[in-house]
Amino acid sequence: MNRSIRRAWLAASCVFVLLLGSLSYIQFFDAKRLGEHAWNSRGMYESYGSQRGSIVVGGTEIASSVASNDGYDFQRTYSDPETYASLTGYFSSIYGATGLESAMNEELSGTSDRQFYDRLSQMFSGNSAQGATVELTVDTQLQQIAYNALQGHKGAIAVMNPRTGEVLALVSSPSYDPNELSSHNNESVLAAYERLNADPARPLMNRAIGGDTYAPGSTFKIIDAVAALESGKYTKDSVIPNPQNLPLPGTTASLPNYVNGQCATRADATIEWALAQSCNTPFAQIAMDLGQEKIAKTAQNFGYGDSSLSIPLSVSESVFPSNMTDSQLAQAAIGQYDVKTTPLQVAMMSSAIANDGVQMKPNLIRSVKSHSLSTLYEFSAEKWRTSTSADTAQQVKEWMVNNVDNGIASGAAVDGVKVAGKTGTAEIGTTGLNNAWFTGFAPADNPQVAVAVVYEGVDTAEGASLAAPAAKQIFEAVLNR
Amino acid sequence: MANFFGLRRPGARGDAGVATPKSRRFVELFFTLIAVAICPVSMWMVDPEAVVKGDTTWLLAAGVLGIGALLIHIVLYVRARFADPFILPIVVALNGIGLAMIYRIDLTTSANAGAAQIMWTGVAMVASAVTLFFLKDHKILRRITYTSLAVALVLLMLPLVPGLGVEINGARIWISILGRTFQPGEIAKIALAVFFAGYLSTHRDLILLAGKKVGPVRLPRFRDLAPMFVAWLISIGVLVLQKDLGSAILFFGLFLSMLYLATGRIVWVLLGLVFVAVGGVLAYNFISHVHYRIYAWVHAFDPEIYNQPFGGSGQVVQGLFGLASGGLFGRGWGNGRPDLVAFSNSDMIITALGEELGLLGLGAILMLFLLLVTRGMRAALGTPDAFGKLLAAGLSLVMVIQLLVVIGGVTRLIPLTGLTTPFMSAGGSSLLANWVIVALLLSISHSARAPHVVETYDDVPESISRQGEADGATSVISRISETSHQGSTKVGDARE
Repeated sequence: MNRSIRRAWLAASCVFVLLLGSLSYIQFFDAKRLGEHAWNSRGMYESYGSQRGSIVVGGTEIASSVASNDGYDFQRTYSDPETYASLTGYFSSIYGATGLESAMNEELSGTSDRQFYDRLSQMFSGNSAQGATVELTVDTQLQQIAYNALQGHKGAIAVMNPRTGEVLALVSSPSYDPNELSSHNNESVLAAYERLNADPARPLMNRAIGGDTYAPGSTFKIIDAVAALESGKYTKDSVIPNPQNLPLPGTTASLPNYVNGQCATRADATIEWALAQSCNTPFAQIAMDLGQEKIAKTAQNFGYGDSSLSIPLSVSESVFPSNMTDSQLAQAAIGQYDVKTTPLQVAMMSSAIANDGVQMKPNLIRSVKSHSLSTLYEFSAEKWRTSTSADTAQQVKEWMVNNVDNGIASGAAVDGVKVAGKTGTAEIGTTGLNNAWFTGFAPADNPQVAVAVVYEGVDTAEGASLAAPAAKQIFEAVLNR
Repeated sequence: MANFFGLRRPGARGDAGVATPKSRRFVELFFTLIAVAICPVSMWMVDPEAVVKGDTTWLLAAGVLGIGALLIHIVLYVRARFADPFILPIVVALNGIGLAMIYRIDLTTSANAGAAQIMWTGVAMVASAVTLFFLKDHKILRRITYTSLAVALVLLMLPLVPGLGVEINGARIWISILGRTFQPGEIAKIALAVFFAGYLSTHRDLILLAGKKVGPVRLPRFRDLAPMFVAWLISIGVLVLQKDLGSAILFFGLFLSMLYLATGRIVWVLLGLVFVAVGGVLAYNFISHVHYRIYAWVHAFDPEIYNQPFGGSGQVVQGLFGLASGGLFGRGWGNGRPDLVAFSNSDMIITALGEELGLLGLGAILMLFLLLVTRGMRAALGTPDAFGKLLAAGLSLVMVIQLLVVIGGVTRLIPLTGLTTPFMSAGGSSLLANWVIVALLLSISHSARAPHVVETYDDVPESISRQGEADGATSVISRISETSHQGSTKVGDARE
């Protein structure tokens, strides 16, 4: 009988070899395929239930991971969600991550290369992975003012420090509640996303840095003015014809002057006066005189055509068209035709004028601190490009101050402080409605804050009552500190 | 060293020049202490914070395992001093790892099986010690061969008694007493093994010798096939009446392996497999839950089958994901997602272990099982009586069959059927039955190694005795076993 016992043992050993082989196949050779299988919810639970680092503004967590016991270990939660949605984005197990949740994912999830030693120590201490805390440059007060100013309107506001590039506020309106999309209740997330996605006001779009981008309207005249001075053909004393209608070459149409200022009162004008009243025809003539290459080059010096900018939210490229006819160039010179920009780009343009022609790289991140409190990143001001010379910048700055003091940008004036500014009214097709712009900075002689404000789809009067006063509120908040 | 424990038994042939075998109880104690420590250390690793905050489950588990093991150790010292020293530590380690995993799954799911499992561990270990204490000689069990069969049949039928039996998850294999559920089939497993061992040790010669010879194969007589029919009918009965494919496979596998052990004729196993094939085809065509199991096995990754709420492949596929997630090294205690796998603390505990301990951890557990089976087989080789050999080898092979069904099932080698992983899955009846099996194996291993065995064989050739002087007593016994083996099969060999 011992022979059969030995053989049975041999058979048993073969069974163990078979089972080990079977386990090896599943756990080693086929593990990758099974791990990535669509039905395997582990990866999703892991990334969407992990304890991510917080996003902090002015010492307050605007996004944080709260312990949860619904299958996921943690639930991403946003405080003051609508105010900060344009920054945080959402973190959805169904729709993925957007905003900083996506742009700073490696740091927030603790998977960046620089957090390697943190992960190592967590492995040995048995703690679950914890991400780094990301602190923003955003100013809570300015963000709140900007958000409130846009309430009930479609539009966006970008505020930055022209000396350093710190982004102080970035708001897109209408906003949404990222909590609705970051919930672990799939049905409510699906319903919320469908509702937000179908909303014609498109709340999920970040108008401040992306979305459909805007025609800059008359704010583009700042670039025309810089181009004119740089060319040497024009000085502050140059006098330019100011017809009420400029026939567009090669067409039967003509370019009308701006009707709401005092343009109709003079047949010719200095650049200073034309800028203050935002007269169209002098700038159209300057552009046609200098040629589209010069205007395009100047626009490029201020950031047009740059698709690489990441703050670290990626910023849509602003476009100044090429291969235009003279009539198209005339319209492009006043920020119409196919010129496209973002509010942040417009704020960067003002910042360059404010900062003696040097454009600083806009950045949202103040610091990144790992879970073990070591600093992975610390903000430092970074020069992005030279937009123009200090002398040219100084001249344009004086003109922009004049816009506010004596021109149609007076809505942004703050008592006792020199404010530089420029309005813009970009027509939307033939609807009679405009996108109302204001951009500028303050104080002009010691710039601390630069803004760009845009309201979509308002008539001229409403635009004037909204855009410049919104900027004024921001200036006052900064200057009253 | 032979006299290390001062264990020279008065009856041993020390005076005739044969060294007394060492009891090796100290070796057992040493390894058992290490094995006991595995459970609390694993529980600490699951959640260090819980331990700091005053969760004392680890202390309770270590206490029950430690005291239970010590109790068995002492009973062995008194009753079965020469029992195999590795069986107890291996089983304590396996039981401890199971406890830690059940505790770990309690923490992240709605399951609450940890406390009950610790209690059952204590009960099972005491039952094991009591069995060892009162069962002075395993051969006594041979006297109750047919009683065992009756007991097994009664136990198997208990769940069918209205009011007593309960159906859980589609299988009617539980009975409910005082609000607690119990699987009598687990105990029936032991009773059936005792019956098969008793019956086959008595009738093996008849089975071997009678019957017509056709070519090189000697066909059995129909009357000798009767017990096989009985076993087959029991399995089919379990399958049809209780809807439990796993137990059906287990019982028939147990019978087939013991038939082979008794006769050494592979033709019997082949004949048995024909029975399985016939039964399988019938079951696939006429028993819906068998049909579902096999269909879900083949088409596991078919979305329709995967999403089917009953009889679908969701469970096996989620188990595969768990195993795959563990990979080579595992996610570590407490870092996996066993909460995503249904029954992860009972039938699917292998997937939870594979996820958190990895292929290496599962491999180590499998090695422990292989070692345990090997020690059981070694006891079977060493014990002189045919009944003991059949019982020890049969009980060892039951564990192999169980592992084959469980691990083969979760890795999709074979269709997934519900069976417990011995010593590890949550479930009192399984623990109790397996710890009683441990007691039987220990008792048989004692008879295999104890010096008095030598006394019963007074016709040991002198040459072997002298050989033993040099190699130690163990080799004497193994030689004796060889001798008895040759003697017992001589008749059969002559006819072949």
